[in-house]
Amino acid sequence: MKKEKKTGFSDKTSDIILLVFCTVIMLIVAYPLYYVLVASVSDPYDVYAGKTFLLPSQFTLKGYESVFADKRIFSGYLNSIKYTVIGTVFSVVMVYISAYPLSVKSLPGRKWISIFFIITMYFGGGLVPTYLVVKETGLLNNMWALFLPGGVSVANVIIVRNFFETSIPAELKEAAEIDGASQFTTFLKVVIPLSKSIMAVMVVFSMVAFWNDWFTSLIYLSGEQAPLPLVLRNILIRSEISASQSSTISGGYAELNKITEMIKFSSIIVAAAPMLIIYPFVQKYFEKGFLAGAVKG
Amino acid sequence: MKKRLSSQENGLVRKKSLSRRIRQHWQLYALLLVPIVLTIIYKYIPMYGIQIAFRDYKPSRGFSGSEWVGFEWFERLFTAPNFKRMVKNTVLLSFWSLVCSFPVPIILALAINQLRFKKYKKVVQTVLYAPHFISIMVVCGMLRIFLSPSGGLINLLMDSHIDFLSESGAFRPMYILSGIWQEAGWGSIIYLATLSAVDPALYEAAKIDGASMFQRIRHIDIPQLVPMIVLQLIMSAGSLMNVGFEKVMLLQTELNKATSDVIAVYVYEQGIVNAKYSYSTAVGLFNTVINIILLIAVNKISKKAADVSFV
Repeated sequence: MKKEKKTGFSDKTSDIILLVFCTVIMLIVAYPLYYVLVASVSDPYDVYAGKTFLLPSQFTLKGYESVFADKRIFSGYLNSIKYTVIGTVFSVVMVYISAYPLSVKSLPGRKWISIFFIITMYFGGGLVPTYLVVKETGLLNNMWALFLPGGVSVANVIIVRNFFETSIPAELKEAAEIDGASQFTTFLKVVIPLSKSIMAVMVVFSMVAFWNDWFTSLIYLSGEQAPLPLVLRNILIRSEISASQSSTISGGYAELNKITEMIKFSSIIVAAAPMLIIYPFVQKYFEKGFLAGAVKG
Repeated sequence: MKKRLSSQENGLVRKKSLSRRIRQHWQLYALLLVPIVLTIIYKYIPMYGIQIAFRDYKPSRGFSGSEWVGFEWFERLFTAPNFKRMVKNTVLLSFWSLVCSFPVPIILALAINQLRFKKYKKVVQTVLYAPHFISIMVVCGMLRIFLSPSGGLINLLMDSHIDFLSESGAFRPMYILSGIWQEAGWGSIIYLATLSAVDPALYEAAKIDGASMFQRIRHIDIPQLVPMIVLQLIMSAGSLMNVGFEKVMLLQTELNKATSDVIAVYVYEQGIVNAKYSYSTAVGLFNTVINIILLIAVNKISKKAADVSFV
């Protein structure tokens, strides 16, 4: 290696520069969320007067009380939980039963079946033809419209397939088959128990996708089937005032206005919190999963 | 040991006939059955349905039974009053997003990778990934609150009363900066993973040779990343016309339409809201064709420039 003249900073100095840089970036990313959190427990007039940059002012949990008392938000929350649970189970099962056969090298036609799936990553029918097929198959206003059309997530199938190929020793599968286990039993008893880490990642990816989705629900589902983000659209984007709110709150327009603003902040926290609490638990697997998906995609 | 086993297995497999191998694997095909059927119904049939872009689709007559009208819908699109504006807005929004957002994850990855305090490194990563897990709806809600002319965070900090959502000039910066906030950290994962493959001995050797941290980044890390950067660039170019249309929809107001009016939102409005199925499909197809042309062009350029190709 060619010896270069030592230029620039010493290691200690550059370590400090790096540390400061990363800390500043981290604060920039975290601050908006922190600000909303502080605002959600403060008096909205103080928030809009700029008194809550760092700490809450006139601490109150009224925003959260109103969020959970709001029928729209409550039913949206229940719908979101339902769709997230069913959708996650369904899509993880789909990913697994697609990825495992494709990871078995001796499967005749393996390459063609892979291509069959991968094509759908790059080409699609587009919004309207897909909508028409969903409609024709009778899924309008049916929650399965959220799960079936996007059922096989090819990107995730590739990640899991690569995991099966690289991280599950072939000897183990062979041993199971020599012992007389069917391929199905091998899949259930050997492969699945050995793939818990990638399964955790898949579960989190699916949960996040279903919890955060609103557009699919907007086009396929009816109003009372709306999940939380779609309910939030009326509150956050259109600034609508809830009917159930306006009838139950005494104290006139000013009080109602105040509650409406508080609901905005607390509903953001209520909607974002579940996923923000969950993802750090599987964070350590992200890098591995992404690399597997990108390199051999 | 491993090699011998697998070559033995190969030998056995080759001796068996194809039909026997297929029968032997029936359980695996059974597993694949449902995913294949779902993919045919919800992915391949819609592709077949693209032909309604050239037909006058009537639900009772189906995809292939509706009357053929040739390029009528495309002609209507090209003469639509907002056509030029939509194409321009789509291209500019995507182009500026790509230019501004693309380098950020790379810089973040280079910085995080060199952080020496392992625990702190993990904290930084956790925080940077967080916005990715928040719904676009919530992000747009936050944006609307922060950008509000009366008491929004940004106006408070600038001591002003600008109504950003009504300013067409503010739309692109708002869209792009919030996009960087939300996805740059997440985007750094792929580069961090690539960097984790660098042999630590290389760093040690560089240190002994007296290379500073920035020299190590320049001469070890960046060359390591180049193939991945080119790959990511090609993939982004192929989706240049795929603006994050959910976000555009949520940030669009009557007053900022001069810059926020994009093709994808038009596809939704015409197709789902107004039920003009054929017309909307034609608009979507137009968008896809441009995407494919861009993908091929970028692929050719990168093949010549860096000798890396994707397709």
